[in-house]
Amino acid sequence: MSPSKSNPTAAANGGTIIDATGTRTEVIQSPVTTITDKPRRLVSASDGPDIAFRWIARGSGTIVVTVMLLVGLFLAYQGFQALHVAGPSFITEQSWDPNSGKFGIAAVLAGTAFIALTAISFALPLSLGTALYISEYAPAKIKNALVTIVDLMAAVPSVVYGLWGLFFLSPNVLPVSQWISTYLGWIPIFAVDGFDQNDPLSSPTAFAASTFIAGIVVALMVAPITSSIMREVFTQAPLGEREGALALGATKWGMISSVVLPFGRGGIIGGTMLGLGRALGETIAVFLIISPVFVIQPHILEKGANSISALIALRYNEASKFEISALMAAGLSLFVITLIVNFIASTIIGRSRSGNETT
Amino acid sequence: MTTVLDKRSTPPASAVTRGTQETPRTWIPPETMPPASEPRRSTATIRTVDVIRLLGSAFAAIGFTAWLFFYALPLQGVIGFVVVAYVIFLLLFGILTAFDENGQTVRDRIVAVFVNSLAFLMLLALFSVVVYTVGRGVGPLGNLNFFTQDMSNAGPLDPLTRGGVIHAVLGTLIMITIALAISIPLGLLTAVFLSEFPGRYARFVRTVVEAMTALPSIVAGLFIYATIIVFLGFNRSGFAASLAITVMMLPIIIRSADVVLRLVPGNLKEAARALGASTWRTVWTVTLPTARSGLTTAIILGTARGIGETSPVLLTAGATTFLNVNPLSGPMTSLPLTTFTFVKSPENNMIARGFGTAAVLMVLVLVLFALARAIGGRGPGQLSTRQQRARARQSRDDGYRYRARALGVPTSAVRRANPRSLPAAAATRSGAGVADSAAVGLTVATIAPPAVAEATAQQTRAARTLRRRLSEWRLLPKPSAAINRFRRSSKAPQGSPEPGPNSTPPAPDTSGPTRKDPDA
Repeated sequence: MSPSKSNPTAAANGGTIIDATGTRTEVIQSPVTTITDKPRRLVSASDGPDIAFRWIARGSGTIVVTVMLLVGLFLAYQGFQALHVAGPSFITEQSWDPNSGKFGIAAVLAGTAFIALTAISFALPLSLGTALYISEYAPAKIKNALVTIVDLMAAVPSVVYGLWGLFFLSPNVLPVSQWISTYLGWIPIFAVDGFDQNDPLSSPTAFAASTFIAGIVVALMVAPITSSIMREVFTQAPLGEREGALALGATKWGMISSVVLPFGRGGIIGGTMLGLGRALGETIAVFLIISPVFVIQPHILEKGANSISALIALRYNEASKFEISALMAAGLSLFVITLIVNFIASTIIGRSRSGNETT
Repeated sequence: MTTVLDKRSTPPASAVTRGTQETPRTWIPPETMPPASEPRRSTATIRTVDVIRLLGSAFAAIGFTAWLFFYALPLQGVIGFVVVAYVIFLLLFGILTAFDENGQTVRDRIVAVFVNSLAFLMLLALFSVVVYTVGRGVGPLGNLNFFTQDMSNAGPLDPLTRGGVIHAVLGTLIMITIALAISIPLGLLTAVFLSEFPGRYARFVRTVVEAMTALPSIVAGLFIYATIIVFLGFNRSGFAASLAITVMMLPIIIRSADVVLRLVPGNLKEAARALGASTWRTVWTVTLPTARSGLTTAIILGTARGIGETSPVLLTAGATTFLNVNPLSGPMTSLPLTTFTFVKSPENNMIARGFGTAAVLMVLVLVLFALARAIGGRGPGQLSTRQQRARARQSRDDGYRYRARALGVPTSAVRRANPRSLPAAAATRSGAGVADSAAVGLTVATIAPPAVAEATAQQTRAARTLRRRLSEWRLLPKPSAAINRFRRSSKAPQGSPEPGPNSTPPAPDTSGPTRKDPDA
């Protein structure tokens, strides 16, 4: 064993090491690094156009915010004028006669809620079924086409749905309404006052222009949105868990009910609530179908319904300045309700396990 | 017990001597034994028996319901028939399945049928909406005057051969153009602001915008009505309607554009920044082009929404029967608003006109939607074949440019010297010898950055080399031929390829790739 091999100083100072096999290894002394490398600034210098761009982008954001806040503040300002006059009776009063100072949104608010709830009770199973079909059952070939069709359905203008509801659905639904009220009339909401089953002269027009029909039409407008949110969530259900369920012998429905539906619960609830928000604000289709009444009308099959947006569309035209402000107050309350519903919806979607990636 | 053994399966002598002769421990099946014939499995998810069950219960349900309706019970109505038949069908199907399946399978089958029929119902509803509207609108749509006249000379009682909706079509187009002229720059800039300059202020803006998507469209209309028309005292006009549409459309566009921009891969932006690009150049050359299809989709879907909305226009535009192309003065109308006013009339002809207008509107929305699908539908950074080709072309041109700069000659010279079919890889292999050019088509280009400084120093020499090499490239065979020859000639690439049949004759001062380079 050569002594130089075990001599560390020789290696450190440079020199030659010869090991047992006779291989010579040149050790070169590394130069001492005295340059101290300062940490670099990780900010790129902003040149002129860059600063301008920053300010333009910021400015456009500010414009948008200003416009949006202006809408909200103006609504609130105008609305509060009317609210100040009406006081708490704004919530409880059913009639709408601002010029005599007697006005409130009790009837229209209740009507809006009835229409929206009817719509959701139709839209929920419809959209859930469609979403499940597209994500789980549909053959892969037609899946994309189905997604497109459902999205397309969401893009069809609301006035077209209104026409369809008024001229096609309404006459066809009358016998169904009549049947429901005849056999299920003992349930309060299905009762119809103006129609006597035993009187051959009573006309089924007592069932026309009802909350029920408006609800079905709004349901069709809402279902595509709800369904596409649900589908998006369902398709994100983890493949491993799906295959695990199937490998344990679950049927397809067993897999869906134990993996897909629990995973997509947030999407189902959130999507439904987003649909509800949309249903609350729907104007033209509802306005075309209903015949407005200014009493709380809990009988959904009976003629006569109302909603806040329909009220605005009905009354804005001949309105005095004060009535405009009263309509603004009604619009404000609609906006606040929609905002709350949407906020809850997005919170539910965001908090859920599936929603973390989607929004 | 006798076991027939094949010769080859007889245990080796050592095993025989150790154990008993009659029962060997290891038994290898003889090769002559036919393989166990396994029937080919069907991987179909629908079995014949399922189909038979479905059809059987469907027929039984229809028959049973017909009997109920016509003889047994005082029932009538088409919808009632369908509902009762469907319930009976589900029941029968469940019972049939329960005959030879367990409870879980029965539930699975019933749910499958139910989900299928719900989806079918949804599609049926859409189909019915579209077909009914178009079907009833065919009458006015058949007359050319429907597209060329306005309603100023046509009263409610006039036949469909008089009057049309040109005023509504033009009104819609004018309104949406103004609305888009405001909302596209504003919306896209705000979306860029939200995604590129994150911070407390951006978060605030995003919250406000998201809240505003909840604004019912009629309230947007009411806002413009109350401010522009009542408060400021302007008359109803197309411009006011455009503003109302803008207020309604802006949050939708911002929100979907924001989502698309956030999907742009971070490494692309980081690469741009690492190359020294400023924020502005990163956004302009990387972020926006990458998200282009998604942004276009966002805008087009917002447009479809804006075109179809009635209520903001109802409050602000003021319905008219005259053609008015000046958005700043006089009332204007739009397609949905005209539809709405038409169908409120009790006259059949007016209602037919309403359906015709609705059909025109729907076609417009369908076209926009199809456009959005054709453009969008791909995530950021996913390119169509055409875009990929364009990118390859661009990359090749970049290669020419680099080379031209390195060699101090104009780019056009390099481009002219390269046949179109030559892959970009060949152009970028500046350092590699051309001797193994047959393999060039297969080589993944490892681009050695051209040493610009060195090239300027040795410009003359490099120019000479370039001239020689350019002529060599002309001699190259087509890449496909080169690849084929490469495949044929085993693993080792051919040293010097023969000139391809299409190659132009070499320049007089060169003699082909095999010639030794005195400069090298």
